[in-house]
Amino acid sequence: MADSNYTSWGRFPQVNQEGLPLAWRSDELPVAPEEGASVLPYGNGRSYGDVCLNRGGLVFDTRALDRFIRFDTETGLLRCEAGVLLADILRLVVPQGWFLPVSPGTRYVTVGGALANDVHGKNHHQAGTFGCHVIALELLRTDGSRQVCTSNENSDLFSATIGGLGLTGLVTWVELQLRPIDGPLIREESLKFSNLDEFFRLSELSDGNFEYTVAWVDCVSRGNSLGRGLFARGNHDAGPYTGRKRGEKPRISIPFDAPFSLVNQWSLKTFNSIYYARQRERKKVRTIHYQSYFYPLDAIGSWNRIYGPKGMLQYQCVLPGEDGRDALANMLQAIAKSGNGSFLAVLKVFGDKPSPGLMSFPRPGVTLALDFPNKPDVFRLLDRLDDMTREVGGAVYPAKDARMSAESFHRYFPAWEKFSAFVDPGFSSSFWRRVGGEVL
Amino acid sequence: MTQIMIVGATSAIAQSVARIYAESGARFFLVARDASRLDAVADDLRVRGAMSVECLAADLSDHDRHPEIIAAAFDAYSGLDTVLIAHGVLPDQPHCQESVQSTLDSLNINFLSVVSLLTPIANRFEENKRGTIAVISSVAGDRGRQSNYIYGAAKSGLDTFLQGLRNRLSKSDVHVVTIKPGFVDTPMTAHIPERGILWAQPEDVAKGIIQAIDKQKDVVYLPRFWSLIMLIIRSIPERIFKKLSL
Repeated sequence: MADSNYTSWGRFPQVNQEGLPLAWRSDELPVAPEEGASVLPYGNGRSYGDVCLNRGGLVFDTRALDRFIRFDTETGLLRCEAGVLLADILRLVVPQGWFLPVSPGTRYVTVGGALANDVHGKNHHQAGTFGCHVIALELLRTDGSRQVCTSNENSDLFSATIGGLGLTGLVTWVELQLRPIDGPLIREESLKFSNLDEFFRLSELSDGNFEYTVAWVDCVSRGNSLGRGLFARGNHDAGPYTGRKRGEKPRISIPFDAPFSLVNQWSLKTFNSIYYARQRERKKVRTIHYQSYFYPLDAIGSWNRIYGPKGMLQYQCVLPGEDGRDALANMLQAIAKSGNGSFLAVLKVFGDKPSPGLMSFPRPGVTLALDFPNKPDVFRLLDRLDDMTREVGGAVYPAKDARMSAESFHRYFPAWEKFSAFVDPGFSSSFWRRVGGEVL
Repeated sequence: MTQIMIVGATSAIAQSVARIYAESGARFFLVARDASRLDAVADDLRVRGAMSVECLAADLSDHDRHPEIIAAAFDAYSGLDTVLIAHGVLPDQPHCQESVQSTLDSLNINFLSVVSLLTPIANRFEENKRGTIAVISSVAGDRGRQSNYIYGAAKSGLDTFLQGLRNRLSKSDVHVVTIKPGFVDTPMTAHIPERGILWAQPEDVAKGIIQAIDKQKDVVYLPRFWSLIMLIIRSIPERIFKKLSL
């Protein structure tokens, strides 16, 4: 059935794709109804661009594969189906003293999606990516095979599937190693920095003692204020906690599409200035619930609607080495000058823990992430940012991309040819058809 | 602590109900046709906090097996306090019009198998003077429509059976609740392309079912607005209704 429910979070591009709900991991992999039509697993639609889209093809809707299989409360080993949301895992394991080893900025992603995009979080400098904590997974392929993959068993398929963008087959279940916690609280310190040098200094000082570090950077201001922002660092904490209890559901929700993008030069300038000025003290310390710490945007349901019907584009790159620092400054300058940019531009220094994933995005360097309304001049700006990223040997994150060129992709992910050997011949995606082929 | 038998335990609504009970440490006796699906549900409930889960895979259209199933369920934890009947099929109406056998098969599973299960269960509950019988019927039973009357007829028969059972068992403190969901987004309805504002998620329907059981409701429409819709549908005079294409 044609169903516009199968969109990506950026809502660009918008495509028509059929969805086939899968409900049982014991079932055989269904065959595409039309000869030659490709299939792609679809989780909760939280990737931004087109890695979760399959224009003209079929997506396997995996949200009903949402069962837990086993959870060892002694060792923190959890096995669950691929459609389970990270939010469901947290709800189950936090009261029992366990936590996700790695969490992205929203808890509304599926385990399968977290695996396929090899997501990272604020603890990348210590814990690496999500895939670093995956012990085993089961993969169904169109050749009829059903294989358990671990770092020892079918290890090539294992590493191709971690960060493999859903292209290596259908993951039915995943086994994860969780990490122990004393309670649901995070002690957070928020520090102001006035330029990028200060940001890098704070990162170096903090990354040893703080499990979670991330920074918000003002991407509108120029001149003396270029690269100012707030550095947030935190650790799990036993309390005490004096704040409010947070509910499970978003407290407010954007009920409909904005008729046009509410994100524009004026709103950006106002927001970024207020956000920076709101914290008066140089350093603020508070102990808060993990939901407020990790998932502030989850408190606003469907926040992507503020970008209006045309949707938005995310850009996240990683820039390695000393050159990367200069490139970052140049990028922020270019973004500020363009008058485009976002409410929440995020900076973080990645660590050097390698992922088992063949196509994993994170690598040592600084990562910048921000979103842009979908406007023609934004594409030109992003092409310029790509030039800068390529020049320093960096990479752009496929989970957030809807427009990088095949040529750029090949430069960012030199393992792509090796990877293509593991792509299931029956599987494909809009993203893969865009970047995975020959460079014309 | 709840000791519950769920028939049709692999249905989406039943799974959602079971998850809520699991969190409060219930004991389960689950019945469904497919053994590996049943195992998947059982494992999930154990992780979510179920005290115990027993399973029995059986084809419910085979009535001869019902006494054995019921005996096993009551023996599993020496007694039950709640039975949820959640199995059923949504038959292909045009196909049924061509095939008497398909019509009878769907009436068998949606109506007769429930009667066959509930007759001995009701007797046991009546004897113990306690227990709750919750049955998932449908708004489709409220009025016969050309697009869905084989399914509707089974559910209508079921509603009348449950009315009588409720009337009889109220004297023994046994509670019978008829649950009438509207459109629910489940694998049973996955082939229906249109999804409008009338469609509900199984999790939300499940919360309504638990509430209806806890509050000892007799008949509930889920979500609640269906009671109004069906009131209107029921009140259309037949001479007009017969000309509509519903």
